[in-house]
Amino acid sequence: MSRSSFAKVAAVGGVLCASLLAGVSAQAASFKFAGPLDAYTLDPHAVSNTLIFAILSNVYEPLVRRGADLKIEPALATSWKQIDDGWRFELRKGVKFADGSDFNADDVVFSFNRAKAGGVKSNLATIASAVKVDDYTVDLKTTGIDPIVPFEIVNWFIMDKEWSEKNNTVQPGSADNKTETFANRNVNGTGPYRIASRDPGVKIEFEKNPTWWDKLTGNVDKATFFVIPNNATRVSALISGEVDMIDSLPAQDTQRVAADPNLKVQAGPDLRTVYIQPDVARDELQFSDVKGKNPFKDIRVRQAMQLAIDIEGIKQKVMRGYSVPVGLPIAKEVNGFDPVLGEPTKPDVDKAKALMAEAGYKDGFAVTLDCTNDRFMGDEATCLAIAQSLARINIKVEPRAQTTGKWAQQINPPGYNTSLAMLGYSPSTYDAHLFLSSIVATRDPKSGRGTFNIGGFSDEKLDDLITKIQNEKDPTARNALLKQAMTRLKETAGFIPLHQLNILWGVKKNVDVVQPADLGFPLRYYVVK
Amino acid sequence: MLAYASGRLVQTVLVLVIISFIGFLLVSNLGDPLASLLTADSTAADRAAMIKALHLDEPITTRFLSFFGGLLQGDFGISYRSHEPVAKLIAERLPATVELALASLFITLLVAVPAGVHCGVHPRSALAKAIMFGSIAGVTLPNFVVGIALIGIFSVKLGWLPSFGRGQVVDLGFWRTGLLTASGLKAIILPAIALSTFQVALVIRLIRTQLMEVGLSDHVRFARARGLTDNRIWYVYALRNTLLPVVTMLGLQLGNIIAFSVVTENVFAWPGLGSLFLQSIQAADMPVISIYLILIGAMFMVINLFVELSYPLIDPRVLRRKA
Repeated sequence: MSRSSFAKVAAVGGVLCASLLAGVSAQAASFKFAGPLDAYTLDPHAVSNTLIFAILSNVYEPLVRRGADLKIEPALATSWKQIDDGWRFELRKGVKFADGSDFNADDVVFSFNRAKAGGVKSNLATIASAVKVDDYTVDLKTTGIDPIVPFEIVNWFIMDKEWSEKNNTVQPGSADNKTETFANRNVNGTGPYRIASRDPGVKIEFEKNPTWWDKLTGNVDKATFFVIPNNATRVSALISGEVDMIDSLPAQDTQRVAADPNLKVQAGPDLRTVYIQPDVARDELQFSDVKGKNPFKDIRVRQAMQLAIDIEGIKQKVMRGYSVPVGLPIAKEVNGFDPVLGEPTKPDVDKAKALMAEAGYKDGFAVTLDCTNDRFMGDEATCLAIAQSLARINIKVEPRAQTTGKWAQQINPPGYNTSLAMLGYSPSTYDAHLFLSSIVATRDPKSGRGTFNIGGFSDEKLDDLITKIQNEKDPTARNALLKQAMTRLKETAGFIPLHQLNILWGVKKNVDVVQPADLGFPLRYYVVK
Repeated sequence: MLAYASGRLVQTVLVLVIISFIGFLLVSNLGDPLASLLTADSTAADRAAMIKALHLDEPITTRFLSFFGGLLQGDFGISYRSHEPVAKLIAERLPATVELALASLFITLLVAVPAGVHCGVHPRSALAKAIMFGSIAGVTLPNFVVGIALIGIFSVKLGWLPSFGRGQVVDLGFWRTGLLTASGLKAIILPAIALSTFQVALVIRLIRTQLMEVGLSDHVRFARARGLTDNRIWYVYALRNTLLPVVTMLGLQLGNIIAFSVVTENVFAWPGLGSLFLQSIQAADMPVISIYLILIGAMFMVINLFVELSYPLIDPRVLRRKA
């Protein structure tokens, strides 16, 4: 070894020591957490799924991201503005992918086309194309006017064009592929973490990305996500100290966790809001004893149902306090929620009975309520409680609780084979317009509107408002229109809102975690003391 | 013998084809795979495109034929859920299940044979009564209750053993084993015990009954008359006569353990076939479920085939009856 190269080695060694020392002073920590399910895939454009986004947002980055307070902040784009036919994004310079290649406009255009070919395309429905202006400027051209593009792209992750081409993974993974794509198991992102190893359905190991352009707020440099499907085992793993945090803490175990001196329950609002929707489209209900007519077509029946359901009682008895009753079928954090309209309805059984009598259903009727038993906290129990509530106005509800797969087959398009269904929804844009256009609008196969309008609700005024909101550029005027729509939604009573769910985590007391309402795990904020 | 064996083989293949058809039929009626593949706000066009891509719009017979054709060529398809080849998914998970099954079989032999012999030889002793009482619990307690109780005691209270997972695994290229690392060995103890409780109880009772019966038979009486020691009579002459049914039963139970370790694997987050099966059911992942069912069917058929083929070796009268 020559003298000069020895000097180099010594210098590198010195730098290493210094960085090790710095690491010690920042108390880099490892963090273990567990949830009931695994991300189906690591391909960011294959499937639109909250858990996949929650895992991948630690590895890949969007142009615009949500901060700990859920506010929009710059990520791979430093600034953006509305232009005539869309939005212009100025890109961040000097960002590198994990494999060392540079990030630029080509990657954005590539990732747009890739995402448009994959399962996440519905999140980008209003964006027609991505056009490179120069190496660090990209225009997203919209089909019509779209004032909320930055909100719609927070889960659109940017991949490296060269890496994808080199590894033959230009096409996103999909269920009908004959072979597995490379990006399904391998990642190459710009984000705060890299995936050191993954065993599908078992665990994912993250390690800090040393070349990340931004700084970690927390001190986690290694994290492991374990998949523990069984609730009791997951709680045991937390109590025995094998993991630092668990997702989906069962409500019945909250007291046990809270009583443990080393643990705490962290509960926060979930964007998902649960509501029931009656079939108002058919002339005769499929699953009812009323023949020749449809009682749900009478608005008085729907109003009576809303008045009869004791949602506060369900919160106390079924959800053990972990729910937020709402008067609108959207969450409080969603743009367009109105606190006055969103006030939960006070139960009033006498008034409900009077309405039923007026509508000619004094003796009630029988109907089947479709609900899930594995989708979210207390779903089946909530269904049973609704049945009890509605029995008070002589509606004999027969709950039909099934697994999500079976339930979806029952109620989903094209059949919509349900008379009354309990549903849950969270708009990925945090904006009520998505709820209105995909769930409230009159079903229209051509435009794709109202596909998940399970009960076939249809109101001309609301349809008009939905179109107007879509085309309104000015945020103030747009919000005024949203309020009109919410008012109309409430008076037509086609949807019976129940509650917003809570995210329930069990966490060790020496760990500070951020728990966003979009079900994410933003490891960059986590602090292990 | 040859005619007998080939007859059995043809039957086995026929039953396998029928199993794969029934499995396919069952699974195609299981739920809507689109529910897990598409978001709630996807458009009707998205749905139509996905249905077409997955051939869900074609008649069931066409779908079965293309599925079966793929099977014959060794193409097991791609998982709807994880977009991975089904063969790879199953190959990755199989070692965990097989190791768990063997470990539980090992525990069964280690505990149940001595305990069963003791109960058979000294049915009136206090220990035998205690064992028999305990074995009632083993037969009646559901698997998941045993599992959760074990976790509560050994992981939460005592902190001796991990409550979930398989520990560190070593990749041998063709097989990923957890039996070569300390954390892997620690991890297998609780699930193996939970899985073996039923077998242990069953084998104890089987051996005991057999021994008590053999104890009354002529050859034991003559052996006693010849003045052989008790130990020699029981452990050499009597036990050998009782082991045949026990071995047959354990062989069949091994198939059972592999097929139905679903509950135990779920409780301990054991990354085997059972966990894969449950995850696939939740997502209506039809290709994986079909192949799993066919695989389990095939395994039972093969085990059964071996058992049937071994009958003539054990008892030549089987062949004579056929002729």
